[in-house]
Amino acid sequence: MPTEPILRLKGVAKHFGNVRVLDDIDLDIADGEFLTIVGPSGSGKTTLIRLLVGMDSPSTGELWLRDNRIDHIPANKRPTCMVFQSLALFPHRSVGQNIEFPLKVRGVPAAQRRSRALELMSLLRLRDDYYSRSINQCSGGERQRIALARALAFDPEILFFDEPLSALDYRLRKTLEKELKDLHRRTGKTFVYITHSLEEAMVMSDRIAIMRAGQFEQIGSADEIYARPVSRFVAEFMGEVNLFDGHGGEDGGFSGAGVEATVPAEPGAASKPLKPGEKTTLMVRPEFVHFLRPPQSRDYQVRGTLRAEYMLGSRTQYKVEAANGQILTVEKLSEDRIAGAPGDAVVLGWDRQHAHFLNGERA
Amino acid sequence: MKRIDNRLGLLSAAPLGLLLLLGFIAPVAVIAGFSIMPQNVFDLAHVPDFSSYPLLVEQGYLKSLFRSLGLALAATALLFVICWPLAYAMAKVFRRFTLVITIAVVISLCVSENIRLFGWALTLMKGGLVDGYLNAWFGGGIGGALYNVPIIVFGLVYVYLPFMLFPLAQGISMIPEDACHAAADLGASRWQIFREIELPLAAPGIMVGSLLTFVLSTGALAESKLLGGQAVVAIATEIETAFSFNQNWPLGSALAMTLILIVSALAIFAISRIDLDAVMGRGRS
Repeated sequence: MPTEPILRLKGVAKHFGNVRVLDDIDLDIADGEFLTIVGPSGSGKTTLIRLLVGMDSPSTGELWLRDNRIDHIPANKRPTCMVFQSLALFPHRSVGQNIEFPLKVRGVPAAQRRSRALELMSLLRLRDDYYSRSINQCSGGERQRIALARALAFDPEILFFDEPLSALDYRLRKTLEKELKDLHRRTGKTFVYITHSLEEAMVMSDRIAIMRAGQFEQIGSADEIYARPVSRFVAEFMGEVNLFDGHGGEDGGFSGAGVEATVPAEPGAASKPLKPGEKTTLMVRPEFVHFLRPPQSRDYQVRGTLRAEYMLGSRTQYKVEAANGQILTVEKLSEDRIAGAPGDAVVLGWDRQHAHFLNGERA
Repeated sequence: MKRIDNRLGLLSAAPLGLLLLLGFIAPVAVIAGFSIMPQNVFDLAHVPDFSSYPLLVEQGYLKSLFRSLGLALAATALLFVICWPLAYAMAKVFRRFTLVITIAVVISLCVSENIRLFGWALTLMKGGLVDGYLNAWFGGGIGGALYNVPIIVFGLVYVYLPFMLFPLAQGISMIPEDACHAAADLGASRWQIFREIELPLAAPGIMVGSLLTFVLSTGALAESKLLGGQAVVAIATEIETAFSFNQNWPLGSALAMTLILIVSALAIFAISRIDLDAVMGRGRS
């Protein structure tokens, strides 16, 4: 990744009256990357993207596009553009006219516009005869592609997306996610995508920024955030997770209710050692938890009772009630299903490299 | 089930249908009948000789007709320009305040058009409100501002403003906000957004508003009489005179038929171009 960022946010904040929607945000977006900003509704991501595209300006802070400060430049004078959640296609214009719109307002001659539109249509796998079709005759997936083609016709430095896939059905969304990732690779442009769906973020992005209450909680690759979340919020947001509250033991290992740590002196390789008495939370993802048979043992073990089994297709999920009443989640590939019935006593275990400690929890 | 629905529809349409038949179609048919009768007859039991229609050209009535159409066109165009910003604000900017404007405009309709126009006549006439005060304060007035073409257009604009304003506001409210934001984001200037996005998307409202004001203006009588004096004779005045003072019903009928034909041709053309369902808020999607 190049060192110079294409877009840099410095201390950007936005408040509406007394409500601070964005709280002193710093962010560097690298040239050519696919960055996804994920957050639950109300986290400020929509406000953030409105600032990024120029539909609104920050209360304080600066936005730099390469060497130009752009935070008070209106959207129509910025070299960036956005694919709207509603797509915002022009219903009174044909497919071709929609795609050509940014060229038309720039005064590009008709013949040149047309050839560029057809070029983009073939890039997005829209047949040529769609050119003169009405928008109302196009399906949801086709409209997505038209909106994308229109945005690409603008030839933006950065392409923003405001959850454009959220209104589509599951299968079409999956297809388009992969198409979008592929398009990003082929065009080499910088994509900044906003969504509340983590799944979308994981499939497409180079980097994911998790937003919470107007700030970034964590920014990193999907793997990084999944394996080493910085907080309980991120851990839970990134999918099913088992969390155990506890503290550092006398020997520097983990000590928590119901968890037997058999290798306490050396905590998980990924985390720094625990200080005795330090409050912490042990995290393990469901797929790294194993059912143990008597001779077997793992670094961390929990005793419990099998409560339920759910078939999820390729995976099977188990709910296990630990001795202290906490419900744990275990996932196995369906081919590795265990022979157990609800009510059976089980022992769960996992290794230190899959254990992660959440320290310094944000309030 | 389908058949019952159909019959119910027919039944509910029947009262209005009957009213239209008796109150609208029948009089127009009578007028059409009279328009082809010989001059100065008072019943339809004559051999049609179409003698009234050539008179329209020979006696210069066409001039009145075109003058009225011209005045109506000018009033409609002015109304569009005047109402667009207000309608835009009502549809997109004001929130509660829109109701205040709506009530204010509607209340003005509660006072008879003639009385309102007389008010303007008293205000603007020589020695009237404006002229009188100017005379008293500055020792020199503007004289009368009445009895000319611009004041007639003013009268039309003043009286028919609600008929442009409300359809226009309705049309503008149909423009999706995102479409304008997207256009701006794609580099369009304010003017380009107006021309490429807002104008075409508000077209149904513009059509309805223009049609209403144009049709009403062509048939307007009071504005040209009360404010225009004898400066301009509107076609509606000619029709009235033909029926009353001249006692020539066939001539009046022919004038009326010509006006009706021209206006309805325009109306049908305009209505065929717009999606009325969309105006009524019943989108097809």
